[in-house]
Amino acid sequence: MSRTFVGMPPFPSAAREALGDTQLRHNLAHATGVIRDKRARLVEEQGDLWEPLRLAGAAVKQRALDDLATHLEQLEASLTAAGATVHWARDAEEACRVVASVARSHGVDEVVKVKSMATAEIELNEHLEADGIAAWETDLAELIVQLGEDLPSHILVPAIHRNRAEIREIFLRRMAAVGRPAPVDLTDEPEVLAAAAREHLREKFLRAKVGVSGANFAVAETGTLVVVESEGNGRMCLTLPEVLVSVVGIEKVVPTFAELDPLLRLLPRSSTGERMNPYTSMWTGPAAPDGTADGPQEVHVVLLDNGRTRALADDTGRQALRCIRCSACLNVCPVYERTGGHAYGSVYPGPIGAILNPLLTGTGVDEQTDSLPYASTLCGACFEACPVRIDIPEVLVHLRSKVVDGHRGDRPPKAETVAMRAAGWAFADASRLGLVEKASGLSGRVLARLSRTTLPWGRPAAGRLPGPAAAWTGARDLPAPPAESFRGWWDRTDGGRAEGER
Amino acid sequence: MKVALSVTCVNDAMFPDVGKAVVRLLRRLGCEVDFPRAQTCCGQPMVNTGYLDEAVGAVRTYVDAFAGYDAVVTPSGSCAGSARHQHAIVGRRAGETGSDPGLASAVAAAAPTYELTEFLVDVLGVTDVGAYFPHTVTYHPTCHSLRMLGVGDRPLRLLREVRGLRLRELPAADQCCGFGGTFAVKNSDTSVAMGADKARHVRSTGAEVLVAGDSSCLMHVGGVLSRQRSGVRTVHLAEVLAATEDD
Repeated sequence: MSRTFVGMPPFPSAAREALGDTQLRHNLAHATGVIRDKRARLVEEQGDLWEPLRLAGAAVKQRALDDLATHLEQLEASLTAAGATVHWARDAEEACRVVASVARSHGVDEVVKVKSMATAEIELNEHLEADGIAAWETDLAELIVQLGEDLPSHILVPAIHRNRAEIREIFLRRMAAVGRPAPVDLTDEPEVLAAAAREHLREKFLRAKVGVSGANFAVAETGTLVVVESEGNGRMCLTLPEVLVSVVGIEKVVPTFAELDPLLRLLPRSSTGERMNPYTSMWTGPAAPDGTADGPQEVHVVLLDNGRTRALADDTGRQALRCIRCSACLNVCPVYERTGGHAYGSVYPGPIGAILNPLLTGTGVDEQTDSLPYASTLCGACFEACPVRIDIPEVLVHLRSKVVDGHRGDRPPKAETVAMRAAGWAFADASRLGLVEKASGLSGRVLARLSRTTLPWGRPAAGRLPGPAAAWTGARDLPAPPAESFRGWWDRTDGGRAEGER
Repeated sequence: MKVALSVTCVNDAMFPDVGKAVVRLLRRLGCEVDFPRAQTCCGQPMVNTGYLDEAVGAVRTYVDAFAGYDAVVTPSGSCAGSARHQHAIVGRRAGETGSDPGLASAVAAAAPTYELTEFLVDVLGVTDVGAYFPHTVTYHPTCHSLRMLGVGDRPLRLLREVRGLRLRELPAADQCCGFGGTFAVKNSDTSVAMGADKARHVRSTGAEVLVAGDSSCLMHVGGVLSRQRSGVRTVHLAEVLAATEDD
């Protein structure tokens, strides 16, 4: 039985729990560090060519989005002309129904899957399982997650929270129940683990009549779908089964074949930290019926909305649809590195997830989604790393304002709202701020007298305070406010001149 | 040159010595420094928490207080970033809601706000400001100065010219300290986890002083270092650059 993210708590509490998982912290710090360094070396190697490449990649995706309807209609026409069957799906339910009905029409009770974020997003495996169809994940990391009855925690490496010792145990315990068992003498050497997965998956590849994939890109001009991968399992799923169903988000469209160029150079460098990924599969409709080429004889493409038109309607948020799912923003994010992906409660974790989830579902739907735009310090590392220049901090702040606006009518208002209104009032007039500072100076004097804590340089500090202040002082000392503000000093000393300043 | 000091609300209320240091430093370098009394806050605490309407008054106050000066200088990368990148967002909002229809154009016409090291290196053209600070120091580049403003190595060039100062390189320097404004309390567990790692890197350098260009980040990392009884203190870059042998 597989798990879903339904019912996850808001980010702060999910993060608190994750921060206490020492194995997770250790695994993530190591894994994100390795990928981060590989990417950084390749970007450095590109030198002055990197920024123009980012601009080119962003421009291609933006061009597609700016006239999405036209490009999608062209894609449908090209796909149909190539012999593929095109289905439009408004939401997850519709998309899952299409895949299930194709599988049922061929009388199968199993499908093999290429790693795909769109099918994870719509929870296709769970839907098929309910219909009595087993969906076998064939990407190594997805296989680890599926066998472990676990949840994905990273876009590219969904089992990034697992180390090799854990993976060995999962293989030994779980493989036998769903197919070829792991060898009894399995070690945790990466080559040995990969070989066990290879043996396990091989029989599924050879048996399956229906394959399911997503697509990294869909070329409107030609009707060509593209899957970029490292392991070759995708190539197996795309060529061995007789029937192929691809679930493709409508934002994956790229106007022309030539425009794949910057994207195919940006993606591997940003995701796995490689100049080129090992396997790039492209297909345009079904394989020739005369048997001269490998590949499926029946090809279905499900074009999925599931909130994308909602995101498209958001002027500031629209840029998030440029995302090519590389995970560079996850790997550089200091929050993600510590909490891991599960805390975000979605198959899209990290900085991109913090904006994409609320954009797809809308703000004000549930507390968990509304907590995501706040799961960031706005440090900007994500924007700097993004190969298609999504200004994630800008969108985070924009979404925070949407969350706040959704609560403007609350009676009584939240404590935070009251505090922000008070701050807004004080900051609108310097004389008000001056009064607040005088009060703060008085409280500082009281604190200084009561406190037994001082900062290392002798300044009185508040130790552990009760109430809302505990969020700060639980783990951090807080300097007591000074008796005199800068403003007070400036007035008293005529801008320091009375103290001998020039 | 007539310069307006934007001291920032955090320095005004919590770290007045940082403001005094900027005044002393800029006067020593020949600037006429004024502190426009009408100033309050750049509005960032409200904007970054999503309270755009609540920031309109602060942004209006900021724009009016600094009108007519050649340059505005602030000892904060974050507040300079807010003035340069976020005031336009608030101005647009104030126009949409009708709360301050003229704000957007007033923001567009405002004098540029410089972060202190940008002003010293780019406008005054100095890296040796005649400072003396005989301590072992490590420097944390704050995120907004690094990535929003792109101050690059300006702070390090200034620090390398300070007499007596021994500079130690900070590992993982460009990683965020975990402050993040209201993030520090809304997501305090994650904030502290990041702060603890920053403190660990700071301590690994053997420095006695952690220097940065933003008091709010220093308040956070300093709070962790203090709670750990680490024997490391935090000092704002302006205070290091203002210090002389006469102190």
